[in-house]
Amino acid sequence: MLSVFYPFYYLSKPEYKLENHIQILTVSELTKEIRQRLEENFSSVSVIGEISNFKSHISGHWYFNLKDSGAVINCTMWKGFNQNVFFTPQDGMKIIVNGKITVYPPRGSYQVDIRSMKPAGLGELQEAFERLKKKLEAEGLFDEAQKKPIPTFPKKIGIVTAINGAAFKDMISVAERRYPLVEIIIASTKVQGSGAAENITESIKLLNEKSDVDVIIVGRGGGSIEDLWAFNEEIVARAIYNSKIPIISGIGHEVDFTIADYVADLRAPTPSVAMELATPNSDDILNFINQFVESSTRRLQELLLTFKDAVHQSLSSYGFRTPLDLVRWKSQQADTLYSKLNQAFERKLLVIRQKLALYIKSLESSDVQRTLRRGFVLVKQNSKFVTRRTLFKENTETQLNFYDGKIELEKK
Amino acid sequence: MAKKKQSNNFEKDLARLEQISSLLDSEDVGLEESISLYEEGIKLSRSCISTLKKAELKISELKKNLLKISSD
Repeated sequence: MLSVFYPFYYLSKPEYKLENHIQILTVSELTKEIRQRLEENFSSVSVIGEISNFKSHISGHWYFNLKDSGAVINCTMWKGFNQNVFFTPQDGMKIIVNGKITVYPPRGSYQVDIRSMKPAGLGELQEAFERLKKKLEAEGLFDEAQKKPIPTFPKKIGIVTAINGAAFKDMISVAERRYPLVEIIIASTKVQGSGAAENITESIKLLNEKSDVDVIIVGRGGGSIEDLWAFNEEIVARAIYNSKIPIISGIGHEVDFTIADYVADLRAPTPSVAMELATPNSDDILNFINQFVESSTRRLQELLLTFKDAVHQSLSSYGFRTPLDLVRWKSQQADTLYSKLNQAFERKLLVIRQKLALYIKSLESSDVQRTLRRGFVLVKQNSKFVTRRTLFKENTETQLNFYDGKIELEKK
Repeated sequence: MAKKKQSNNFEKDLARLEQISSLLDSEDVGLEESISLYEEGIKLSRSCISTLKKAELKISELKKNLLKISSD
């Protein structure tokens, strides 16, 4: 025990009391001494180690241990400093920290008060990525069955990205070109560095409070793994998973895969492609409409022709032809009747004429009879009356008609 | 007002066009119905095309002020 005190006795200053040449210190005095020594000598140290027991306190301060195979040291990182860390530390992650040693007298403990922190190498981030991916996959956050369908004709698209970023401009120009009918609502968001993950989470939640957003695009242009790290954070993954509105991710370039991509309902390789996947192409719609007009017009013309043909066919069918034939036949019949009637009339007329002739004859003859009775004689030659001397022919048979009979005279 | 209504029903209008298209192709639809379907389709086509050609992208920004104040 004494030997432990020796160095401090040796280091201690003369004002301490001596008792039997041995300086006795109170605990506080000793601790104060230790504190001074440690804090002076380790005012700026860089340490590499693996994180264990990481805790982010509600106050925003971080508490954890750094360890290697032989030792463990307590670490704290106050809110003011840890806000500048672009990633959320995870147990098992190897990091390099810079800070100072501080002593906490009430507990007699010492710790590293961290000012800055970085992963020990890119491999660390990769491993952290794999660990989170495995964990969330096991929880079912990547299940295909959970993924919501993306609407074909969105009315309103929510965008989670930086309003001044190139990604936003790219997305807008794609929307303008493809489907200007849509409405865009941008939740301007920090997409890189400390606080980005919280910001993204908040934007997704806020857009979910809107009732009329049909689909959300979470996007960011290309960058290093550190730049894109916010999209590999657990809180972002959970916010995407819990979103009631379907989410398309468009983060970095084709080759970049983030945890957000795995959780999203649809993963696009870039922000521009995300907007393409979110919108129908108006050229396609115009084509569809034009095609409709063309094909339906053709169809209707065909239909009209078919009906026209059908009408023609009906008109020339036996059933429709009969009435016409009937008309023709009747008219022929009428013609026949007419001529028959005509003939009958003619005949009748003839009979009447003959009768009339008879009457006339008898009338005439009765007139002659009266004359003959008075003593006149009618002379007939060749059945004709001879009314003048000049008409009388010699040597001709002559008939003399008396009232009471006639005499035939032989030729002379 | 009529125009607003059109853009709201854009998706429905397109769906109706598709429906009319298949109705016209089916054998069960008579001539008179075909003609009225055709007229409806042409009218819809015209309004959809004009809606699409007149459309201008609307952009608005989500207000986050309340939350920002509380988190700062």
